[in-house]
Amino acid sequence: MADTSETAAAPRTHVSLQVNGTTREVDIEPRRTLLSVLRDDLSLTGAKPGCEMGNCGACTVLLDGEAVYSCLTLAVECTGREITTIEGLSASGELDPVQQAFIAHDALQCGFCTPGQILAMKALFATNPHPDDETIERAMSGNICRCGAYPKILAAARALAGTQAAQQ
Amino acid sequence: MPIRIITTHLEFEGQISEQRVVMEGEEPAVWGPEAELAVVGKVTPRVDGRERVTGSAQYAYDVQLPGMLIAAGLRSPHPHARIVRIDASRAETAPGVRAVYHHFNTGDLNNPSNDRPVFGDELLYQGDLVAVAIAETKEQAQDALALIAVEYEPLPFVVDQRAALAADAPKVSTTYEHNTIPEGFPQTYERGDLDAGFVQADVTVEAQLSTPTALHNSMETHGGVAQWDGRTLTIWSSTQDVYGVRRGVASALGLQQNQVRAIKQYMGGGFGSKFGAHHSGLVAAYAAYTLGRPVKYMLSREEENLAAGNRPETIQTYRIGAKKDGTLTAIEQHTIGNVGAIGSWFSPVAMATKELYQCANIRTVDEAARTNLGTQASFRAPGVVEGTAGLEVALDQLAAALGMDPLELRRKNYAERHQALDRPYSRKLLLEAYRLGAERIGWAERDHEERRYPQGRDGYLRRGIGMASQLWGGDGGPPAQAIAKLLPDGTAVILTGTQDIGTGTRTVLAQIAAEELGLPLEQVRVELGDTEFGVFSPPSGGSMTLASVGPAVRMAAAEARKELVEVVAQLSEAPTDALDVRDGHIFSRETGKEMGAIGSFLELLDGHEITAKGMRGPNAENMSVRTFGAQFAEVEVDIGTGRVRVLRIVAVHDCGRIVNPLTFSSQIEGGIIQGLGFALMEQRIVDQRLGAVLNANLENYKVPTIRDIPQIDIILLDQPNVHANTIGALGAGEPPIIPTPGAIANAVAHALGRPVKALPLTPDRVLDLLNS
Repeated sequence: MADTSETAAAPRTHVSLQVNGTTREVDIEPRRTLLSVLRDDLSLTGAKPGCEMGNCGACTVLLDGEAVYSCLTLAVECTGREITTIEGLSASGELDPVQQAFIAHDALQCGFCTPGQILAMKALFATNPHPDDETIERAMSGNICRCGAYPKILAAARALAGTQAAQQ
Repeated sequence: MPIRIITTHLEFEGQISEQRVVMEGEEPAVWGPEAELAVVGKVTPRVDGRERVTGSAQYAYDVQLPGMLIAAGLRSPHPHARIVRIDASRAETAPGVRAVYHHFNTGDLNNPSNDRPVFGDELLYQGDLVAVAIAETKEQAQDALALIAVEYEPLPFVVDQRAALAADAPKVSTTYEHNTIPEGFPQTYERGDLDAGFVQADVTVEAQLSTPTALHNSMETHGGVAQWDGRTLTIWSSTQDVYGVRRGVASALGLQQNQVRAIKQYMGGGFGSKFGAHHSGLVAAYAAYTLGRPVKYMLSREEENLAAGNRPETIQTYRIGAKKDGTLTAIEQHTIGNVGAIGSWFSPVAMATKELYQCANIRTVDEAARTNLGTQASFRAPGVVEGTAGLEVALDQLAAALGMDPLELRRKNYAERHQALDRPYSRKLLLEAYRLGAERIGWAERDHEERRYPQGRDGYLRRGIGMASQLWGGDGGPPAQAIAKLLPDGTAVILTGTQDIGTGTRTVLAQIAAEELGLPLEQVRVELGDTEFGVFSPPSGGSMTLASVGPAVRMAAAEARKELVEVVAQLSEAPTDALDVRDGHIFSRETGKEMGAIGSFLELLDGHEITAKGMRGPNAENMSVRTFGAQFAEVEVDIGTGRVRVLRIVAVHDCGRIVNPLTFSSQIEGGIIQGLGFALMEQRIVDQRLGAVLNANLENYKVPTIRDIPQIDIILLDQPNVHANTIGALGAGEPPIIPTPGAIANAVAHALGRPVKALPLTPDRVLDLLNS
């Protein structure tokens, strides 16, 4: 049985992460995912573990503005890159337009996948403020919602598309 | 207040039971069609929307406590095996590991929901629990699993449901005499004279439908966090049933119920799979109690899909007889269901056959096979989704044999009364649903050439339109309690023990309370999901939450309002009937003048809080309160690739009064989308030779994504059902999933001109159909 953990604690490495505009220092095993570091070390539990193998999108965060599955991203890869979690979207206290649209259109039910959905949509609007339905669906197709809020997620995106808010 | 005990009847997922209701005081009069309501019935964004979009909503998975340990589970690789020996010594001494539990050291931990040991020595399916490691970190717990040496003695197994019922089949457990549910199976229902019914028939058709094992795949897996402080065992659970969790944990640990507190603030879906404490919750509770530190055990996705329930696969066969004019004379339904290793009940797969259409002569037989696979759990309208699909597919084949329009056939056999119980329905708007739905989908043009062949007859695309009906309970019932409090500043707190499983319960309860109290919605706060409030509510399942808890909240609010008016009357020396409460203010009925904000009176009471109780009254006697509805589907099939695309679903459901059209439509859409998944893509795949599940994940178990979504048209009937309860509302969680698979299957059959015999309609299956 291949094993190294039995005799000694696994080696750790120091990582400096830029999370929601703040520098966070952690000492972690190199194998730790960004998802687990965000949740377990930094108490940012908005990103959710749904499958932990890159199938569901509940763990989506923004890495340099791009939507990534944080369960498939090693924390050590993120040094010097800008990480935005759902907690960072409304840090000022005011909700982001995408968050507001999700509430207004009821683009959520149980809400477990919602932080990931919102960040995936945020990433879409960052690159394309005027997406058509096809573009919205492609951008959002990596985020599963088992409750089936999809029609209203689409409605929220349509309502934002082309508006000033989408470009924020 | 004098107490009265009333006996009433409750229907939950097809079963009727007697129930005692303890009533204190009187429920308010029902909000009938004439009621003028200011908050109820209005589009209302969720009151907890902000928590859900900011990541601040705390799910069981998110609970983090100082010193918290993490559990990870080791699962059986075999479909059936005996554990000969476990050596956990290396795991126990690995870094960070605090305990390893298994049969030989924790064999006496009992799961009260099935009265079996949590750690048995006979493993009955791949994924059955072998051991749990508890460590400082998740990684350490997972590492420890690899260090547990288990010697298994593989035993003969069976995973196919028909094979399991054969006399010489391997026994699913060495303790079983046969592989079926021991009590009451096969289960037979009969009415009239089936043989005579077939003699009367001019046309007889035989049809079959196989339906897959579907996995709930709630986005948040089963599990929880437990903490023992020497006095109270607190468990934060992802559950539809905090009272069931409390009961289960107390029983398993030998604690009194007053020593256990179960909390569920937010949960990532349940869909029927999260009743009771579940073995994950029991293990967390046991570990916390034993180790004196908080413990979290959340299942992995694979564990979830192997060991946390499923909608059991069925093989359904039908024989239906009818007169030339379409009058049904006989229906026979035979079903074999695969309830898994320790299934102890089987979902009501024959409910639609017994009740949905008028027919005097019926026989249904349900067989329930136990197999060496994960045990079933209720899953959004359990049995009724599968059974309705089978019946509706069979009826379309009958319509084809009669040369009759399928919708006309259903109208012809419209059931005015509940035939199985021989009593009236409180009301039935299904004909209206047929009319509205047919008009919207364009049923009259369903056979138009250009509609069916959008690329012409030589093209690859075929379109079809199908429909199916739904009936369900959704009427809820007692016991359900609520407390309404008016605080000195004139704001209100509503306490209940119910759960918001994602349906928007907090919001509709706040609307009901605001309406009755005369307060703006923002001044009402709803607290739920905590046994510590001491306000019992039933599990959130069976579409019964709103219809059970809503009336209790309304009564509590009405009582609080009465006391408020009494207080204001005495303070202002006015008669009570001269006072009105609106928008958080007191008004004189006579002059219409505002007398002040509620808080301006209450703050004179030196901290006194008005506290009033409400409870759900008895159900209507001698009638059945049902939801009814119809759905119409239009599909496009590519006969080159076999791919089915659902273009449009029209949904018309009678769920009584719609308290919140926004969250109501979300329920309808969500049910339709899960039904679409069941019809087109979802199926657990089992290697029959190995007894292994091949897709216990979200990679190969396909659920719908945003790209699979059709246009969904919801037509609101929105008429209060005055027999249902004092708010006139029924549940809407399950009704929309029920007719979806049948409507889609019938639309595909219409497009292809071939009968559908199995779900899901994956491309390979569609191509097989075309080549048949």
